[in-house]
Amino acid sequence: MAKALMNYLDPGAIILGVEAGNDQEIIRILSDRLHSLGYVKPSFAEAVLAREAELPTGLPLGSDNNVAIPHTDPEHVLKPGLAMATLCKPVAFSNMEDPDEKLQVSVVFLMALSDKDQQIEMLQEIAMTIQSADTITALMQSNTVEDVARLLA
Amino acid sequence: MTKQKTVLFACGTGIATSTVVAHAVADALKERGISFNARQCKVAEVAGQIDDVDLVVSTAQLPKDLGKPVITTLAFLTGIGKAEALDKIEAVLRG
Repeated sequence: MAKALMNYLDPGAIILGVEAGNDQEIIRILSDRLHSLGYVKPSFAEAVLAREAELPTGLPLGSDNNVAIPHTDPEHVLKPGLAMATLCKPVAFSNMEDPDEKLQVSVVFLMALSDKDQQIEMLQEIAMTIQSADTITALMQSNTVEDVARLLA
Repeated sequence: MTKQKTVLFACGTGIATSTVVAHAVADALKERGISFNARQCKVAEVAGQIDDVDLVVSTAQLPKDLGKPVITTLAFLTGIGKAEALDKIEAVLRG
């Protein structure tokens, strides 16, 4: 049985209502958090940005609040972890399925993955979370880490 | 007994979304009475792994003309269009 998403999210890596100019800026902000919390190597941010440019991670949810799940290869990761941001104004990410299509993204999960078999529960939990429009809406309305913790517990 | 078919699950890193999709498809098709061999790789590696594969299921754009059936879908991540995607996969695996 998968554990709740809050078991994977570091409270220090939850940033709510952040203002970011574009996808690269929010990836850098979240990567800095994961780096200062000891999850990833200094090379992580650039590796995620390079991958995002080539193989984007925007996921269309059929609403105004789309989600992106940037990540990169395990060699840039020290230990598995998860960072999350909600954006006060959406930024454009390219659609994973069709890079020519831009999606307005309001919630970003930055994943530090070290091994596919170790992180399957975290990945499944993210998928379950984003499949609930109510949860995404409530995340967007969360003002504190405590709100998020209650929602994703 | 017919030989089990092989499905290659692909995504950008070969460890993240393809893992979710592989588990979701295996669970859902088990309920429909279908089992298959599953492998995973990066989209960049698909062309080199295609020979013994019956179907490629990918979350990211694949090279064109792989010569095998290909289903590119985000349904197992977003939940949108999941039943239709499963129907397509089932049709290939039963074919």
